[in-house]
Amino acid sequence: MASVSLESVSKNFGTHTVIQNVDLQIIDGEFVVFVGPSGCGKSTLFRIVAGLISASNGVVRIGGDDVTDVPASQRGVAFVFQSYALYPHMNVARNIGFALETLGMNRAAISEKVRSVARMLKVDHLLERRPRELSAGQRQRVAIGRALVRQPEIFLFDEPLSNLDSDLRMEMRMEIAKLHDDLKTTMIYVTHDQSEAMTLADRIVVLNHGRIEQVGTPKELYHSPDNRFVAGFIGSPRMNFLPVQSASAKVTGPGGLVIDAGAEGQTIAEIGIRSEAIQLVNAGDGRMTCVLERIEDLGHEHFAYCRINGDVIWVIRVNVEPPRELIGTEVGLNFRDTAIFAFAADGKRLVLNRQAAVIEGARQ
Amino acid sequence: MADAIIPKTVRKPASYFRMRRRVVRSLQILALMLVLFYTLFPYYWAFVSSTKQGSALYQSALMPAFDFTYYRQLLDNPVFMGSLLNSAYVAVSTTFLSLVIGLSAAYALGRIDFPQRRTILMIVLMISIFPQVVVLSGMFELINWMGLFNRPSALVLTYLLSTVPFTTWILTTFIREFPRELEEAAIIDGCSHFRILMKILLPLMGPSLASTGILAFILAWNEFLFALTFTLTDENRTVPVAIGLIAGNSRYEYPFGQIMAASVTVTLPLIIVVLIFQRRIVAGLTAGAIKG
Amino acid sequence: MSARLARRDHRAAWLFLLPVIIVMLVVALWPLGRTFFFAFTDAYLDDPSVYSMTGIDNFLEVINDRSWWIAVKNTLIFTVISVAIETVLGLAIALLVNEAIPGRGLARAAILVPWAIPVVVSTKIWEWMLNDQFGVINKLLIGLGLIDHGIPWTASGSLLMGVVIFVDVWMTTPFMVLLILAGLQLISSEIFEAAEVDGIPAWKRFWSITLPMLRPAIGVAVLFRALDALRMFDLAYVMAASNESVMTVSIYARDRLISFQELGIGSAASTWVFLLVALVAIIIIGVLRLDRAAGT
Repeated sequence: MASVSLESVSKNFGTHTVIQNVDLQIIDGEFVVFVGPSGCGKSTLFRIVAGLISASNGVVRIGGDDVTDVPASQRGVAFVFQSYALYPHMNVARNIGFALETLGMNRAAISEKVRSVARMLKVDHLLERRPRELSAGQRQRVAIGRALVRQPEIFLFDEPLSNLDSDLRMEMRMEIAKLHDDLKTTMIYVTHDQSEAMTLADRIVVLNHGRIEQVGTPKELYHSPDNRFVAGFIGSPRMNFLPVQSASAKVTGPGGLVIDAGAEGQTIAEIGIRSEAIQLVNAGDGRMTCVLERIEDLGHEHFAYCRINGDVIWVIRVNVEPPRELIGTEVGLNFRDTAIFAFAADGKRLVLNRQAAVIEGARQ
Repeated sequence: MADAIIPKTVRKPASYFRMRRRVVRSLQILALMLVLFYTLFPYYWAFVSSTKQGSALYQSALMPAFDFTYYRQLLDNPVFMGSLLNSAYVAVSTTFLSLVIGLSAAYALGRIDFPQRRTILMIVLMISIFPQVVVLSGMFELINWMGLFNRPSALVLTYLLSTVPFTTWILTTFIREFPRELEEAAIIDGCSHFRILMKILLPLMGPSLASTGILAFILAWNEFLFALTFTLTDENRTVPVAIGLIAGNSRYEYPFGQIMAASVTVTLPLIIVVLIFQRRIVAGLTAGAIKG
Repeated sequence: MSARLARRDHRAAWLFLLPVIIVMLVVALWPLGRTFFFAFTDAYLDDPSVYSMTGIDNFLEVINDRSWWIAVKNTLIFTVISVAIETVLGLAIALLVNEAIPGRGLARAAILVPWAIPVVVSTKIWEWMLNDQFGVINKLLIGLGLIDHGIPWTASGSLLMGVVIFVDVWMTTPFMVLLILAGLQLISSEIFEAAEVDGIPAWKRFWSITLPMLRPAIGVAVLFRALDALRMFDLAYVMAASNESVMTVSIYARDRLISFQELGIGSAASTWVFLLVALVAIIIIGVLRLDRAAGT
């Protein structure tokens, strides 16, 4: 069993708290992605799971066993580094098989295992080369091979694709997903790229300033973010936000926005709405007015940038390119109440109560 | 499949690892303390010995007796005080000259691309491994011819043999660290190389010159062979020779108390400087070696 | 860059090199040449202008001198043993200081102290500590009941050589520690993390990863130390002047030159020393080059 559980784990370096009281359960065979902005502590938390950093407080379990004090070499996890960390003075074959030498396997068995792993990762023609003679993508595969050959209970990937070109990244993403499908081993993956998280994960752990903001499937995080941070982090382009005023059952905002709803006695400070949920209409026909500042043409889709007031700019995804003459003029925005996310001043997501309907799937 | 051969990780209980970590940690700290003792005790003992007077010197008390008689004797000893001055004069002059010469050479070797660059660097390196004895004969002739025999200035000249290749090599390594863009703007403006060195690189090289200077100073201050050979009379000696030649009437009358006091005196400023500038010094030493 | 600009650059380079070239000619190459010259003469120090050419007689006389070969033996024994000990000890201390233990900053600073002390002073301090009647070392050994009366460490023979090696190790291990530590810190920590996570035990990490990756740094350190050790003069001279048990080739050459005033023979001896050092330097550099070529 290769489940992982973190119980009240925290980590501080001196007076600086990097991880605050994290609780997390990962089940056997899951593909979990840790995601968050730089400095959020995801790498630190990750290394605590691996055993490379010791937790200041709390318990780490692997497969139910308490491994908090167990050193990394005894945890049975495999780690793929962002910089690959291949042994520069050994050739590819020895790099991959090095861990097996410690297990007391004879040379023939090691060689056969290395060859089969290399074949699976398509680096079997490079076995005699040194790391410096390989391309980044090839080094990445060797690093994965080194982890693979040990048949670990848990795979840890530390931003493995950050150093690759974008087309290579696409390809490796597919390979890692396929690896997970084939092996069904628990995989924990760290990235700052939320699109990687969305496409690879069974569940995503969003971290911010050493705290877990939310844990959920990609769908849950996209459609039901718990708070403003998650709402603003997941999804590209970023969700559009707007500060608003709310009275008991009515919300008003800049650009003429009026929403006939409240949030059960709580004050709504901000609303959010995704760029694909908004339609661009003529100036008088919409719920809000704004000034169309810019149109971006990506070929298959277009983005319209509209300035609502002073410093708020919304991004709207449009299928049909608006006429260029509209740039600089006022346009209208339309959207349904069901597409609106409401947030309190502290960032928590609020349920929007309307006389007619309730937002589905909303969690408080 | 060969999968069955790989044994599953059998983990010992967490308490085992807790204990093991504690034991390893304790051993490491113990080892570190041994290293500290090994490196520092002799100097501490010299200090302790220098403060014991008379027969107390021959007891084995570990704490200093705080009797500074020997130090007062040193202050009254003209040979010793004179040697301090001589050493200071020689070390400072040599350091200054070698920094100037070395910086000039480093600019050429580090910032200008010319075909014989590597060869010159090699030659400089080879000169720095000359055994000092091998230039003694020729030096003797030279020193006599210049009328500098038994004068501290002779040492300023001869020390250049060791210090100049040293400063050249290290300053070259340091000066290479600066990015090309620094000079490119100046070159476009038509600056001469001299101006580039003086106005652009020199202001930035403070730390490098400091490290190199300290190392060169230590080299010059500690030198023994040339000082022994080229100065004859007491008033011209430098500190290492003065200490090396302190002797009593017989082997058993070594005035060890006084020698220890002299040792402490001579070394204390060095140690303080070294401890303050330790990062720079390490940078200088390792820059030369590793990047070379 | 145009050819004219390049030429101007080259001229500038030589101008900047002028001081160092002049100094080296005067202080290094000229005296070296004169030493070589005098080696072929029978001049004496009191009046160097009176001499005649004697061919290679001086060189032969040195080779035929029993003392010379004793000096060579001493020098080689000293070099091999002290460099070996310093390398192992330096490696051990560097590894220790590299770990994140409390007090390592203090250790890193303390390490520099023996190196900063002038050789003469270190020698005197250790002489005092090893004094047969009053030295603290003997007192300790007697107190522990290991010996009856103080050992005259610096009397003569192999004991003296042992002391010389010991003091040299104490003085110059810091240099090795610094160089090896610098090499250690060049190795990315992720490589060690990778090995640790892969389950490689500590000793195997050291043997198969740390050590091979440290080879260039250790090689450079050994080269510098070996060449320094071959030229050693101060330590042996201050401790035992011309005692035969520790006479190094440098002491021998200087003795012939200064004590016996033999300009000719002293120069020949110096030349032999030069050739010895050059030979060892070439050998070690050759080994390092081969090593680098193989490892690359």
